[in-house]
Amino acid sequence: MGNEPNNILDAYTTGEYKYGFHSDIETEYAPIGLNEDTVRYISARKNEPEFMLEYRLKAYRHWLTMKMPKWPHLEIPPIDFQDIIYYAAPVKKKELSSLDEVDPELLETFKKLGISLEEQKKLSGVAVDAVIDSVSVKTTFSETLSKYGIIFCSFSEAVHNHPDLVKKYMGSVVPYTDNFFAALNSAVFSDGSFCFIPKGVRCPVELSTYFRINAANTGQFERTLIVAEEEAYVSYMEGCTAPQRDENQLHAAVVEIVAMKDASVKYSTVQNWYPGDKHGKGGIYNFVTKRGICKGNNAKISWTQVETGSAITWKYPSCILLGDNSVGEFYSVAVTNNYQQADTGTKMLHLGRNTKSTIMSKGISAGRSNNSYRGLVRISKNAINSRNYSQCDSLLLGDKCGAHTFPYIQTENKSSIVEHEATTSKISEDQLFYCQQRGIDTESAVGLIVNGYAKEVLKQLPMEFAVEAQKLLSISLEGSVG
Amino acid sequence: MLLKITNLHASIKGKEILKGINLEVNKGEVHAIMGPNGTGKSTLASVIAGRDVFDVTEGEILYNTKNLMTLSVEERAREGIFLGFQYPVEIPGVSITNFMRTAVNEIRKYRGFDPLPAGEFLKMMEEKKKLVEITSNLTNRSVNEGFSGGEKKRNEIFQMAMLEPTLAILDETDSGLDIDALRVVANGVNKLRTPENGFVIITHYQRLLDYIVPDFVHVLYEGRIVKSGGKELAIELEEKGYDWIKEQL
Amino acid sequence: METTALYPITRERLLDFYQENHEHLIANDTPAFRDNREKAIVSFQKLGFPDKKLENWRNTDLAASLRLTYDYPLQPSADEDQQKVFRCNIPHMDTAVIGQLNGWYVSKDVPLMELGNGIIIGSLAEAMKKYPQLVEPHLGKYTDVEANGFAALNAAFATDGTFIYIPDGVRSEKAVQLVNVIQHRENIFIQSRNLIVLGKGAKLTVVHCDDSYDHQPSFSNIVTEIVVGEGSLLDHYKLQNLNNSSTLVSSTWFHLEREAKMESHYLSLNGSLIRNNTYVRFNGPYGNANIYGLYLLDSKQHVDNNVAVDHASPDCMSNELFKGILDDHATGVFSGHILVRRDAQRTNAFQTNRNLLLTDTAKINSKPFLEIYNDDVKCSHGSTTGQLDETAMFYLRQRGIGEDNARMLLMFAFTDEVVSKIAIDPLRYRIEDMVKKRLQGELQICEQCVLHCNTPDHPVDFKIDVSKI
Repeated sequence: MGNEPNNILDAYTTGEYKYGFHSDIETEYAPIGLNEDTVRYISARKNEPEFMLEYRLKAYRHWLTMKMPKWPHLEIPPIDFQDIIYYAAPVKKKELSSLDEVDPELLETFKKLGISLEEQKKLSGVAVDAVIDSVSVKTTFSETLSKYGIIFCSFSEAVHNHPDLVKKYMGSVVPYTDNFFAALNSAVFSDGSFCFIPKGVRCPVELSTYFRINAANTGQFERTLIVAEEEAYVSYMEGCTAPQRDENQLHAAVVEIVAMKDASVKYSTVQNWYPGDKHGKGGIYNFVTKRGICKGNNAKISWTQVETGSAITWKYPSCILLGDNSVGEFYSVAVTNNYQQADTGTKMLHLGRNTKSTIMSKGISAGRSNNSYRGLVRISKNAINSRNYSQCDSLLLGDKCGAHTFPYIQTENKSSIVEHEATTSKISEDQLFYCQQRGIDTESAVGLIVNGYAKEVLKQLPMEFAVEAQKLLSISLEGSVG
Repeated sequence: MLLKITNLHASIKGKEILKGINLEVNKGEVHAIMGPNGTGKSTLASVIAGRDVFDVTEGEILYNTKNLMTLSVEERAREGIFLGFQYPVEIPGVSITNFMRTAVNEIRKYRGFDPLPAGEFLKMMEEKKKLVEITSNLTNRSVNEGFSGGEKKRNEIFQMAMLEPTLAILDETDSGLDIDALRVVANGVNKLRTPENGFVIITHYQRLLDYIVPDFVHVLYEGRIVKSGGKELAIELEEKGYDWIKEQL
Repeated sequence: METTALYPITRERLLDFYQENHEHLIANDTPAFRDNREKAIVSFQKLGFPDKKLENWRNTDLAASLRLTYDYPLQPSADEDQQKVFRCNIPHMDTAVIGQLNGWYVSKDVPLMELGNGIIIGSLAEAMKKYPQLVEPHLGKYTDVEANGFAALNAAFATDGTFIYIPDGVRSEKAVQLVNVIQHRENIFIQSRNLIVLGKGAKLTVVHCDDSYDHQPSFSNIVTEIVVGEGSLLDHYKLQNLNNSSTLVSSTWFHLEREAKMESHYLSLNGSLIRNNTYVRFNGPYGNANIYGLYLLDSKQHVDNNVAVDHASPDCMSNELFKGILDDHATGVFSGHILVRRDAQRTNAFQTNRNLLLTDTAKINSKPFLEIYNDDVKCSHGSTTGQLDETAMFYLRQRGIGEDNARMLLMFAFTDEVVSKIAIDPLRYRIEDMVKKRLQGELQICEQCVLHCNTPDHPVDFKIDVSKI
């Protein structure tokens, strides 16, 4: 092999971030820093009803009593929470009722990101709720969806138009007391998505949301709430890109999913936030709390994620399996390169009987990065006859990175079965040689092998995402200019 | 009358597999049960042996006029029912000698006999091993651990020889065996036939029945016995295939 | 010095106790050891006892044990029959039995035995006096008093224990059986430390037994450092059969030089709360470590096996296999931490934890951790919790074996994977016996059982007596 592996690795680390650009849209900023006035400012800008402001204030006051968590495997430079702007919105000239009225620069931005709203409207039947800098600009397909009784709109709209639903479900899965970032988010969340599928309805389209952080020093505090009533089904996709910046940007989102009896929710994420340059400078800090509760019997929640970005990722999409026979799934591919750090995994809490959970985590480390899987499987005493199967694998590219697995397994009854396996490996010279002997160059070979390694996770993604995800994997590791 | 099954319905996790089986086996008889895969052959064997995962929803099984439903797995075994497993289980850490001695003595106790003294037991082991041409020292080997497919099947027949059952149900004893192993296994079975015991041979292929010649052949299809006949039926099936049966229905 | 009661064991009380008895504690110390003691007590002052907030102690709660009152004698009691430790023999096994009663080395005749081939076995205090050049290079060098509260406490107070030295090239054919007996008229707090040094190319088998002779509560903090020299072989057994009021924190540091090979077996059969800390460090390449553990718990027993393997050198192999059966309200913890450092190429590290829970009130916490900084490695781990295999149960019952007996056979089979690794036949038979009895709920502490296990006059047959289950 000689020096070739080193050459590949060099190529990975010198490639440019493909989506690095930002657009010059007029934005409006909140004054820098965070105090009760900031919270009121945000609520006022969004014209929120009283209950929402009260919720924010309660959360803010609670946040003041909390301390940032310290994780043994993440080196987080101290964050000055007063040195962040908590609200930035593109100035809306008027209410937009159709795409024609959308700011053309905005549309241009969307095009650069690869999401042409018109295209999607025509071809794939995907409803897009495009988010730029904390403000939802347009919700397409809302008319079509409303025929089924499906509500899919921005979180802000939901607060206005469906306050009862928001009041009922917001905070029911991730209360603001849950953790430091959840409290922060509950106080200063700007916008996000709200999705409600009524009883017996199968949502006919894949729902998706695109994110983007634009302005410097703005924290992105998205809030998403998905509620699936009895026998409802929805597949939701979340994908994000962000521009190149020198200052670190904070991303502390909260996603809550409620699945009632016999309902099923599939939540897919492709995350490609700016990871920092090859010297570890810049990059997004991604501290996300994602949790779903299988409230009714036979409910199912499935998390699938492909994480390639962020300088620091702290994220544990979790399932509370409360209903009997409920099912939780977690499929993840997490790639870290250069100086990225990821501490991600899942928590499966088995509370109901005959509950089942599956965890499949594939970590890929390269450069000088550190990639940790941290998971909790807890089978409580009453979760009779439950099952968990976990497979956590790590692939190391190069000898300067780290791959770690920290599973916590707690079993409290005798009728359940928990099986956990983990292996660590690297791309073998035999595999590379075999590919080369078939005429495939080393870079492509690595891309092939890595994709093969991640296949079992990638095949869980909805098709539109799967293609983007495969490309993303190769790009994150090859780093060639697109 | 050794075994009488009447209108047997059985299901697993709510799914019905046996949909009304009727079968009668008398002493000294060999019955073959054939049929396509997945039609309930192994289920029938497991239900007769009393496996808990299956629910008997209707019907009756009488064994020597006793109602089998009232007996647990081990009680049925001690009454003289032996099941030769299709996939014999590996039990690392339990030596075959210990395993057999425990089983033999449990059955003796049930029947009111004293446990077999060690010396006699070992003699019995040697004798029965010869029946299926097992030469290795089984004391240090764990049950089925590291055995090839053929060795596992021979070990089943060895166990049958040790336990001397009155009704032996052999579940696909021939699957995965080459011709030589098949001959050894069949030989062993034939040597154990007496006018007092009965055999139910479950098989997918006719081949085994060239060696263990049955008195009756039944075809099990979709949970029911759809055709019965003499040993010629097996040959006819071999020639015409299972599709022929499906067409006939 | 008088024995002084501690009410209950707190950091403050121990710090006072240290000051009160300082003179006595340092009486036999060389200047170097005195320094170590001072540093250790300062460290303990900072660290105190670990509590549930510490990641590593999340699932083991010492509060109840620390609340009791203990006697802490600083020297052996004159009136206790010390020779009873020597009654614990393993039949047909050629062992040199040495003992400790309540943490004090007990000798048959001399406190330090010097054998013809250069082997030295005996009291650590005596060895410190007579052979400081053998003890000083190692004692306290492998423990981590800065980060480990119990190690610090032990280094501050312990004045005796066992010392075993095997010189270069000497292969001890006779195993050493170190019997730790606890027997005291009142609750007792025990601290002792052991040092075992194997020279280059040496060989040693050590069987380390923790036994209770009565039902009195006790709290033991034992530290053992074992140096496995270049190319040497160590076969190490820890057999724990304590009463249901005993708390034991047993920490062992294994330091392996290049090409060293070790096997360690932890067999925890009884005890109220047992915490076994095992630290293995590969200080040179081509080392090999196999660590096995078996824990059989019932009633309210708790065993916490914490194993940390540091692959600090390349080309080393480590393998951990821990299995447990938990009944009643027992709780178990397995924390395995494999660290593969940046320069540890061609590391092979494996870790397996398998648990059987027999009731809905038993609990198991399994945390097999992998921390890997090198890509040229083969590492994997697996952890399962489940029940006895239904198919295997059916198979046994179909052969006429009753359900209870079948369960017993399968549980014994479950333990066999660990027990079969015991290389010494007489020892393995003894352990098999104890395991069988333990599974039947028959293994108790105190004289009868241990003595009557498989002695030539009472050979034990494997007969499952249904009436006893």
